[in-house]
Amino acid sequence: MISALLLLALRAAPFPIPLSPFPVQDTTRGKAVYVKWCAGCHGDGGAGDGAAAAHMLPRPRNFTGAIYKIRTTASGQLPTDADLMRAIDEGLSGSAMPAWKGRLSDAERRDVVAYIKTFSAFFADTSQHVAALKFSSEPSGATGATALKTGRQFYDSIGCRKCHGDQGRGDGPSAPTLKDDAGFPILAADLHQSWRFRGGGSAVEIYHRLRTGLDGTPMPSFSDLIDQKFLTDEQLWRLAQYVRSLSPPEPPEVRDVIHAPQIVGPTPVSPDDSTWARVGRYWFPLVGQVVRKGRWFAPAVTGVWVQGVHDGHTLALRVSWDDRTQSPDSAWLPFEQRVLETVAGDDSGPPKAEPWPDQLAVQFPRRLPESPAGMERPYFLMGSETDPVYQWRWTSSSRKSVAGLARGIDRFDTLPGAVAAQASFDHGEWRLVFTRALATPDTANEVQLAAGRAIPVAFFAWDGSSGEHGSRMAVSTWYFLALDRPTPPGVFISPVLAMLVTLGLGLVVVRRAQRRGARHIS
Amino acid sequence: MRKLGAVAATGVVLLVLALAGWMRAPLPAAQGGATISGKVKFTGAKPTMPKIDMTEEPKCKAKYTAAPPTDEAVVVNANGTLADVFVYVKAGLPESYKAPAPAGPVTLDQDGCRYHPHVLGILVGQQLAIKNSDGILHNIKAKGTKNRPFNISQPTVMTSDRTFTAPEVMVPLECNVHGWMHAWLGVLPHPFFAVSGSDGSFTIKGLPPGTYTVEAWQERYGTQTATVTVAGSETKTADFTFAAK
Repeated sequence: MISALLLLALRAAPFPIPLSPFPVQDTTRGKAVYVKWCAGCHGDGGAGDGAAAAHMLPRPRNFTGAIYKIRTTASGQLPTDADLMRAIDEGLSGSAMPAWKGRLSDAERRDVVAYIKTFSAFFADTSQHVAALKFSSEPSGATGATALKTGRQFYDSIGCRKCHGDQGRGDGPSAPTLKDDAGFPILAADLHQSWRFRGGGSAVEIYHRLRTGLDGTPMPSFSDLIDQKFLTDEQLWRLAQYVRSLSPPEPPEVRDVIHAPQIVGPTPVSPDDSTWARVGRYWFPLVGQVVRKGRWFAPAVTGVWVQGVHDGHTLALRVSWDDRTQSPDSAWLPFEQRVLETVAGDDSGPPKAEPWPDQLAVQFPRRLPESPAGMERPYFLMGSETDPVYQWRWTSSSRKSVAGLARGIDRFDTLPGAVAAQASFDHGEWRLVFTRALATPDTANEVQLAAGRAIPVAFFAWDGSSGEHGSRMAVSTWYFLALDRPTPPGVFISPVLAMLVTLGLGLVVVRRAQRRGARHIS
Repeated sequence: MRKLGAVAATGVVLLVLALAGWMRAPLPAAQGGATISGKVKFTGAKPTMPKIDMTEEPKCKAKYTAAPPTDEAVVVNANGTLADVFVYVKAGLPESYKAPAPAGPVTLDQDGCRYHPHVLGILVGQQLAIKNSDGILHNIKAKGTKNRPFNISQPTVMTSDRTFTAPEVMVPLECNVHGWMHAWLGVLPHPFFAVSGSDGSFTIKGLPPGTYTVEAWQERYGTQTATVTVAGSETKTADFTFAAK
């Protein structure tokens, strides 16, 4: 009874107006949340050394140094509570850190912020200055040609290309030497994949990163340049807008079916044929192969763009993907070695870096299901001994492709029937076109590509300079390829006919009405 | 009566404490004082430092006409001594020692895609003027653990000023655009430090009398310490010897 009264009294008591954005934080409760949800990666002591950490690249944050990439504060300053909350709420795109908003309650997330801060004495040091920078708001005209030209000009003049490369795919001359503060290899961001930017991919967020830098990484802050009048705040915004313009306006949506339209032949064989600019492209995310031993947790190729066209006889399939290196590339061998030493696999020791080539495979079932509605497909991970899959495999060392049957990851038997391939490498992007006849003589082993059918298809990619080969690869699940039939002329003509008929009938009605009206008047 | 006794006793205690404090009061450091000097010797085979390939930066490469630049992790002088060893008073100063207000800035210059000097010391609160004389993109990253780290971009001829808040030996400084660029900054609460020069010698001046732990820090070979007692304005020698590994 007394306790109930006390509780009531407490409830009635006026609470002080909060000064900090997160006034009621409890490190004890925060610890419970941390141990349950965070320690597996970030470690019991917050040193970023949890059980799963060794398989990750980038590694989980080490909280003991209080060095955070995504902040609104100047380089070297501690993050604000809101900065830490943002990373927890939204996660860090392109890393293993998921978004926790919705999974953990507001109170739990606030408490865990408080607990994370206990790992470093810096947060208790009251002499530390913590204040979000005063950011200007984005100037208009972001996508205008002049704005982008200004942005590009500063991209060159402040040396972005040194790490991010001439076209922004993270392939600059300094890229293979980059390390984070812990000494782990770190990639310069691929600026064509803004949806993977840790702190968000909008122009505003890019501008914030340019101002604050990403502490703990090689990415510096550019705020001093504004202070020293090397560039204006607006020019830095233009740079952010230019960087934003390198990626698609929206993050790519994963659609299950690649529509390959029928064109008037012949089908393009070159990866740089102008046809490709007129054909829709489809994004398929790839993930590390972690199903079977020889697992790989840090795939370099995170997705492929796929386009297809056919002319009723031949299919051309273009696969494009970002890859910082045209492997084998000796400049990247030390980087490869560091990646292999950093990302623990399930081998006894880290393998030695070797000049592996880049590879790509496209996979189909040998035969389409008997019934068009049939959905049965072989095992996605390169089939099995009893149920092989039909694959096209291409390698950068010979620039040649072969077709064959895979019976699991370890066995591949080349078939006599070939698939043609042409590839080009351009500033961190591979563009590869496979061409093959829709119908082939070997109907038992080679998928017969028929229009109007859902043809299962899957993709595999290897970046040699990341030490990828064999089972260390990036894989997709099954998707579908549909060879569209040409639109019958009726589809275009019937609406026109219908319109003409309607128009004619309308005219007749109007005429009659007019005649009747004329009679009345007379 | 008791009250009076207590007051008197407190007074005496305070007086004694004050006297003790006065007797232990720090001597003004800069004027006169003792000196510790010595040489940093090196034994064993002189390591071959790898050459630095500056092909990516023609502007820097052009500055090395006589011989190609080499890594600076170990710099053995012509007389067989070591340069770029940071020698400093690690312990022994009275707790009440008060460092002089830091004078002008300490300059770290980026010239020819290298830091000049490669090893340097600074007082807590003193300004570090980070200068880019190359006029090409450098970023300068400080990777202290007791001091907040920072990472700033300098794509042109410019100078950025930064200060350090806590003693730390050493704060690594690096450029990520040019992976070979490293410098080491010793941040101390007092001015009793020196860096061995091109003859391997160092001199620490103006020490108050006392017994000091002097540490010599070398980038690759770690640290060595010596205990030195000085009085008045005398000069004592403390030599250090690092062996090849």
